[in-house]
Amino acid sequence: MADHILEMQSITKTFPGVKALSGVSLAVERGEVHAICGENGAGKSTLMKVLSGVYPAGSYGGDILFKGQTCSFSGIRDSEHAGIVIIHQELALVPHLSIAENIFLGNERRGASGLIDWHKTNAEAAELLASVGLREEPTTPVGQLGVGKQQLVEIAKALSKEVQLLILDEPTAALNDNDSAHLLDLVRALRDRGITSIIISHKLNEIEAIADHTTVIRDGKTVETLDMTDPDVNVDRIIRGMVGRDLEAFYPDRDSNPGEVVLRVEDWTVKHPTQDRLVVDGASFEVRAGEVIGVAGLMGAGRTELMMSLFGRSYGKFVSGKIFMHGKEIHTRSVAAAIEARIAYATEDRKAFGLNLIDDIARNISAASLGKLASWGFVNHHEEARAAEFAMKSMNIKAPNVKSIVGKLSGGNQQKVVLSKWLLTDPEVLILDEPTRGIDVGAKYEIYTLINSFVDAGKAVVVISSDLLELLGTCDRIYALSTGRITGQLPAAEASEERLMTLMTKEKELTA
Amino acid sequence: MTVTAPRGSQKKDTPSAAAVVHTGTSEIRELFTRNLRTSGIYIALVAIVALFAGLTGGASLGPGNITNIVLQYSYILILAIGMVIVIIAGHIDLSVGSVVALTGAVSAVVVIQYGQPWWVGVLAALATGLAIGAWHGYWVAYVGIPAFIVTLAGMLLFRGLTLVVLNNVSLSPFPADYGQIASGFLNGLLGGQGYDLFTLLIFAIAVIGYAFNQYRTRKTLISYNQLVPSFPLFIAKILVVAIAVMVFAWQLAIARGMPLVLIMLAILIMVYSVIMQRSVFGRQVYAIGGNVVAAALSGVKVRTVNFWIFVNMGLLSAVAGIVFSSRSNGAQPGAGNMFELDAIAAAFIGGAAVTGGVGKVVGAMAGGLIMAVMSNGMQLMGIDQSVQSVVKGLVLMLAVAFDIYNKRRAGSR
Ligand SMILES: Nc1ncnc2c1ncn2[C@@H]1O[C@H](COP(=O)(O)OP(=O)(O)OP(=O)(O)O)[C@@H](O)[C@H]1O
Ligand SMILES: [Mg+2]
Repeated sequence: MADHILEMQSITKTFPGVKALSGVSLAVERGEVHAICGENGAGKSTLMKVLSGVYPAGSYGGDILFKGQTCSFSGIRDSEHAGIVIIHQELALVPHLSIAENIFLGNERRGASGLIDWHKTNAEAAELLASVGLREEPTTPVGQLGVGKQQLVEIAKALSKEVQLLILDEPTAALNDNDSAHLLDLVRALRDRGITSIIISHKLNEIEAIADHTTVIRDGKTVETLDMTDPDVNVDRIIRGMVGRDLEAFYPDRDSNPGEVVLRVEDWTVKHPTQDRLVVDGASFEVRAGEVIGVAGLMGAGRTELMMSLFGRSYGKFVSGKIFMHGKEIHTRSVAAAIEARIAYATEDRKAFGLNLIDDIARNISAASLGKLASWGFVNHHEEARAAEFAMKSMNIKAPNVKSIVGKLSGGNQQKVVLSKWLLTDPEVLILDEPTRGIDVGAKYEIYTLINSFVDAGKAVVVISSDLLELLGTCDRIYALSTGRITGQLPAAEASEERLMTLMTKEKELTA
Repeated sequence: MTVTAPRGSQKKDTPSAAAVVHTGTSEIRELFTRNLRTSGIYIALVAIVALFAGLTGGASLGPGNITNIVLQYSYILILAIGMVIVIIAGHIDLSVGSVVALTGAVSAVVVIQYGQPWWVGVLAALATGLAIGAWHGYWVAYVGIPAFIVTLAGMLLFRGLTLVVLNNVSLSPFPADYGQIASGFLNGLLGGQGYDLFTLLIFAIAVIGYAFNQYRTRKTLISYNQLVPSFPLFIAKILVVAIAVMVFAWQLAIARGMPLVLIMLAILIMVYSVIMQRSVFGRQVYAIGGNVVAAALSGVKVRTVNFWIFVNMGLLSAVAGIVFSSRSNGAQPGAGNMFELDAIAAAFIGGAAVTGGVGKVVGAMAGGLIMAVMSNGMQLMGIDQSVQSVVKGLVLMLAVAFDIYNKRRAGSR
């Protein structure tokens, strides 16, 4: 008999109108890394919220056995007390507080007087930071760190609670390859220290690399648990469990025959909104009708900043540069003007920048097209509903109906709402910033197909992605960006991960 | 309570009985929680009306008193319309009481001191309100100072200016025609024996309009595959509302007829409800309150919208100022004191969220009426001012707590 630290038996959980879990079982061995895979909305996050007491005992069905004992957590403090710590899909750090303050938030290190002992706090934080391999001062405000480092702070925080079972919900979704690799190394190191981990991820090659077992969930039910040491178990095998069939390819085929230039950007230069430095420095690029171009770059290279500043100057301080659509210069000083010029930008951070989470699907989808859906300043509700219904069907958004609140959808379905919103504006140039972040393989394929049919109609697409394979698989040409400068471009046929990496890390020297 | 759950095309044969029962119970529960969330406030209003009717031995529902409530609290309701819009966008306006005082004072100076006709005073007050709104809007929208600070400053500033304009003394009385604004009635337009036919007719038209509107909403919901109450339940609900409204109308009709203020208020409520629910501007207000960055990145001109929200608040404060000065037949330096708190309370009791993005004009009206009925009832009972204040505070607290509790129970975060 395997030594199970955790057993969850026939867990069920219902939200109004949605049965999120209908009998999930999960058994995790002591000291292993256990992966959970499944399509968007399969119920992975919900299952972990049940486990960690976010949904208190009584609000779900089934049993949880932790270290052989039945648990009924009434809140997250209970589960933490038992040694279960969850790091949510959306990080929960307070940006203005220091690393040390964040680590001991709710768990403050006090001196004899009952007041906070800052020496102890900072010293212990420094130790924890060393153990997760993060070289930062404990007094640095968390807001100044990149996502990769914030993720490490979350883990340090978990370690401070004497964690025995660590749950990581899509920890690498927002990380680049380097940071992901570092994080996975850390999870391995924790395993060596005897800490069990549950990891949820849509990056299946990571799962293959790190997990000892993988449980596949589909439509709120456990499909199977795979032993990852079995040589027959590979990414394709996991996908078959997730979608119930074989996936022929990761990237759909497309005949590319680029036409004339649709969007041309010349010498685009943008300053940081508050600091006196250039974030984008003399970037020039173009994209043709029927073409998909990619923008590769490391975290902080200025990819998002470049695109947002092009999109109606929605980022930073404009310094210089020109935008041409079909050879004619346009002056888009506001987002409304950019939309008018038929440019669309789908943000990388859907929750913070892309959606009104407390509003419904229909109203989110129509948010950027109200002008088109309205006459005399009044929105035509029927057309709006029709547009939303159409998007829900064509994008395969899983939700009870168009009046469902967006905040309650799973991450992948939220992303589809964002894309639907921008497709509805009928753009000629669609800029997609990390379009498949946190999205399952099947939905990724759907999104690539969507990109293809969009460019087949003679439109142009710009894709920003930290996943180089994705760029290589979907783009015709790829530009590399390093510290705000375009350091080169390659046709996808000639590009490789290595060649892109070289360009992406090239500093301060211009290529002709 | 029975429930029909339309699925897709209209007449589809019902599946097996077991399935119906199964989905039926969970849907009843859902419908109930959802309805409690959206109609909790109206239920509370009915309960409070009933409570005070009982406590005052029916006096609070007497013809004279109903007319009185309308006249006495109309300006709070007018303010609450603007306030709920400000709150939906995620702001607050603390200055409206002072603005009521200042606009009333300006009007009084123009009409009483300079002997101008009543409408010149009205126009002067409206212009003052717009200018004040633009002032607030400028600082909030274009300079980016939080509305709390801007309007806190405005509260002091405009109270001070009121004192300056009035030279520290009260001005009264207004000529009779100015007084008509707040205490005029339409009576006898169509005749009637001991009751005003015109009033009844207007209300009957309103009831029919309401029923028609509800019917259309129901049809739209069905076409979205949404859960709706069964047809008998739907009819019952409309009948209850219709009877309540017609009783109210009857009480007005046998008293003094249709108050002008009520007509004005009804028009404002309708216009602003439509603006908030159906217009692009209204949508943009909700979008800003829900997620201002996402709104900006969707092409909403956030500054412009914020600016006009405050201009509108200024305008409605001026309207309230006119009504109040007309009703009190003069302008006092201390007029409108604490009105902002009543208006804010009305919006929150009516379901608006402190975090923005949520709220409704009709909700705020129900919230305002709850406060109005309570204050009026307690006055009728001769309850001490201090106790009244305590009760009002508790009701505000409980109303919001109830709202939050319901939202939790409905499973949203
Ligand atoms: N608070 C909630 N209210 C209503 N429905 C919810 C709520 N939370 C989750 N759901 C629904 O439960 C289902 C499972 O959601 P969950 O977030 O667990 O999916 P997931 O497997 O984590 O997906 P993803 O990979 O996209 O993150 C979805 O259909 C979602 O819409
Ligand atoms: Mg999830």
